[in-house]
Amino acid sequence: MNELFGGMATLNKKLWRDLLRVKGQVLAIVLVIGAGIALLVMSRGMVASLDTTMRVYYARYQFADIFAPAKRAPNRLLADLRAIDGVSAAQGRIVGGGLVDLPEEAAPISAQFVSIDPDAPRRINNVAIARGVPPSSTRGGEALVLEPFAAAHGLGPGDEIAVTMHGARRVFRISGTANAPEFIYIIPPGDFAPDPARFAVLWVTREEMEAAYDLDGAFNEAVLTLSHGVDEKPVIAALDRILAPYGATGAYARADQISNKYLTEEMKQFAVMDSVMAPLFLIVSAFLLNVVMTRLVQTERTQIGLLKSFGYSNATIGLHYLMFALTIALIGTGVGWIGGLQLGRMITKVYQLYFHFPFLIFVPDFRTLNWALLSSGLTAGFGGTLAVIAAARLAPAIAMRPPAPPNYRRGASSGRGLFRIDQPTRMFMRRIVRQPVRAALTVIGIGAAMGLAVMMRFNLNAIDYMLNASFNVIDRSDILVTFAEPLSDATMYQFRNIEGVLYVEAVRSTPARFSHAGSERLAGITGIPDAPVLNRPLDSQLRQIESHGDGVLLARQYAEILNIGVGDMLTVEVREGRRPTLELPVAGFVEAMIGTPIYMKKTALDRALKEPGRISGVLLKIDPNESERIYARLKNMPMVAGVSLRREAYRNFRKLLDEGPGTFRAIMTLVSIIIAIGVVYNNARIAFIERERDLATLRILGFTKIETGYVLLGELAALTIIALPVGSLIGYLLWTYVAAAMSTDLYMIPTVVKAAGFGYAAIVVIAAGIMAGGFVQRDINRFDLVPVLKSRE
Amino acid sequence: MESEDQPAFKTRGLAKTYGEGASAVHALRGVELEIPKGELVVLLGPSGSGKSTLLNILGGIDRATAGEALFHGDDLVRMDDRRLTRYRRKHVGFVFQFYNLMPSLTARENVELVAEIADKPMDAMEALERVGLKNRADHFPSELSGGEQQRVAIARAIAKQPSVLFCDEPTGALDIKTGIGVLRALQELNSTLGATTLIITHAAATGAIADRVLNLADGQLRNVEINAVKKKPEELDW
Repeated sequence: MNELFGGMATLNKKLWRDLLRVKGQVLAIVLVIGAGIALLVMSRGMVASLDTTMRVYYARYQFADIFAPAKRAPNRLLADLRAIDGVSAAQGRIVGGGLVDLPEEAAPISAQFVSIDPDAPRRINNVAIARGVPPSSTRGGEALVLEPFAAAHGLGPGDEIAVTMHGARRVFRISGTANAPEFIYIIPPGDFAPDPARFAVLWVTREEMEAAYDLDGAFNEAVLTLSHGVDEKPVIAALDRILAPYGATGAYARADQISNKYLTEEMKQFAVMDSVMAPLFLIVSAFLLNVVMTRLVQTERTQIGLLKSFGYSNATIGLHYLMFALTIALIGTGVGWIGGLQLGRMITKVYQLYFHFPFLIFVPDFRTLNWALLSSGLTAGFGGTLAVIAAARLAPAIAMRPPAPPNYRRGASSGRGLFRIDQPTRMFMRRIVRQPVRAALTVIGIGAAMGLAVMMRFNLNAIDYMLNASFNVIDRSDILVTFAEPLSDATMYQFRNIEGVLYVEAVRSTPARFSHAGSERLAGITGIPDAPVLNRPLDSQLRQIESHGDGVLLARQYAEILNIGVGDMLTVEVREGRRPTLELPVAGFVEAMIGTPIYMKKTALDRALKEPGRISGVLLKIDPNESERIYARLKNMPMVAGVSLRREAYRNFRKLLDEGPGTFRAIMTLVSIIIAIGVVYNNARIAFIERERDLATLRILGFTKIETGYVLLGELAALTIIALPVGSLIGYLLWTYVAAAMSTDLYMIPTVVKAAGFGYAAIVVIAAGIMAGGFVQRDINRFDLVPVLKSRE
Repeated sequence: MESEDQPAFKTRGLAKTYGEGASAVHALRGVELEIPKGELVVLLGPSGSGKSTLLNILGGIDRATAGEALFHGDDLVRMDDRRLTRYRRKHVGFVFQFYNLMPSLTARENVELVAEIADKPMDAMEALERVGLKNRADHFPSELSGGEQQRVAIARAIAKQPSVLFCDEPTGALDIKTGIGVLRALQELNSTLGATTLIITHAAATGAIADRVLNLADGQLRNVEINAVKKKPEELDW
């Protein structure tokens, strides 16, 4: 051990001085490693915080494991439900749709009413009271309102709120506000983006709900908790069997509960960040570190030879350079750790706007620190090892000689070309051609940075494309009106007669279980007109699919989910009315970026259901100038159970993607710029050190600073230009991978590629190149010419 | 302004100090000299005598702390960086101890490198012919011997037809025989091109090939010898 560590004290001094000497490059690498670690710490910290908060919240408020909606089930059935193997508790409740009419809001707001029994012990799906008290069963006429909705409209305990429930108008006095585990992510029915202002939840006493929905002594949704470790599937099957005679639409597990689903999908995206992005940054930093270390060893050959001739062992010298790499990695980790915690806190706050927790547990997740240390250590290890081996292997005598000059010999490319080029240009062009490996590494490094920028840009383009396709091309309606239950299609006339309504399109949708080859999915099937105008099935080129006979059209995602192809027969167990089980051929796949719809012709669906002429809602195209009047009419139509405004939905989706992932994207873009500058500057700086003598000689020979800079920066510019197509390719490959990894059931990220994305990234890289070039030109402007005269090569 | 009887260089009280206070090093302590145009001048002195500092100041790559250094009447000490660059570009040819050739350029290209930025350059092949390297024009520095490399460096320095040629230990890295060849080339070029030539060396014998020998010691000019008859480099007694 003595032999290994003897002399380390002196070498450590050298280490610090070396670090200071190349501080610009050290800073560049520290920033790159720091960026990678910060992303890791941020995404892991955020996932850990959300996950922990979610778990604690769910446990504390008894969030149900299974939800079993039905039409009307007698309360005595609960005993049978509790008897199902694995069920620890079961409760029946009444839930119903309706509208809230706020005087200051022109359009009616969708609402959900939930029965609450404030006196029952250990309620499943409990609420966390934010303000006030639960509704009193003795006073009557009171409701507990979802806190985010109340907050959005300035409502509080004591205020009154007018509603339409089950077709009847009523006024409730707000007794208090609350949050609930089933409404962490608040999405109005029919929408895809959260909007706490446009979705009200009111908890009303059981007695009042029974009266309003004609459900005396009955429930229309069972909520159950399971004993620890119980498989949900058999329980769901048993529930479906028991509740089938009572109009069950199909029990589903917590994983399919809408709020929980969105929450977990969001966290899954962070996991992608974690597993794809962070390693990518670390690879780039390993590459940078390797380049710097290799060059450092080259410039320190003489010193290494000297140390060896003094009797320093290979291991000691190797350790010295390894420590150099590790020190940089360690500083990078520290910077990244601190930055990541800050970013994590920041982004968790941003997400709190969408995830309504009554409390938030921020977990700094110290396991991540180990991870960060390990990964940056490995980075340094990989980055430094080759150089370290090279340093340790040099024989003292060879080391003390200057390195063999670059072997320029007459070859094909040294001949005078067809056109005359000046000597400075010839100098850098020849360096590129004669040292292709070095040039290639630089190109790959710059390309990697550009690839990140390309990917970020495509991400943004894809979101624009997705929103435009979804809201302007696929669905061109302005308002989706849903009914409490299917009605006669004569209802359409009532809407056509509203002044300002330009077009009415019938919607017939019904819940069903879809299965094929052992895979199954609970979803809705939508009947569309033979010639749809507003909501149209489109193929991947966004062309309308005209003829699909009596077959079903599935969202493209189902091909994989149900392992099904065109022409295959899909089993559809309808969960409404006569509850028929249908075998329908798959006629094609549709492009759906938001949601996963299943369509068939309404006429064919009607026939299959043996229920002709029923509609469950309408899509409206309206004259925007008449919107206020139309909204007012909708408020007073008793059959209306839900109103979704497409413009609002679009705005919310946009806002959601701009603020949450948008913050993330901004961070990532910044990081890609840092990497681009880091790579380019490092290369420029190393090229500068390697050629300092040549450059100084040029200055002495009378070349101006700019002319001298050209020899170096020209090479950098040439390599940057070569890196542009390479970066484009890297970016494209990264993007297709990340888009696939980040697509969820809720929305699919289309892999659209816009040439402008490459252009944007090219500008980022070129700007980074110019900045890095500026730093190096400053070095050239400053340097001292005198020592050059006396230095050897 | 330039006139026939004006010397190439004239210095007054030229001083150069590195550092400050107690740790200050006085490289030059008030040098007064005159170098007539077209002469071959050898600067002699032990290491630390200030000869390199003097050459660097006259060559426009270092700046004096005090005094004047007039080149054709213009004071180099008062020139800014841009004017010094222009001075070097227009008037000065440099030959370095370690040649300082661009490794990525052939002999001819190294010469063209300078010819390209000169006002009235000599053809690169002619410059190489003058140093006897016409047949090695397309070789890279790594394919040339030390003496050949130094002759390429000389060709590069004369290609711009400089008014002054500075050579800092031009034979320092060469063996005697090769060194003689280099000195012969310098002496011939001085007489044919008429460029004022300053050669730094620590080999006292070299002084015999010059018109004028400046002896420096301790940052001061000790004496000036003027040779009525110049020896040829091969006649030198080593």
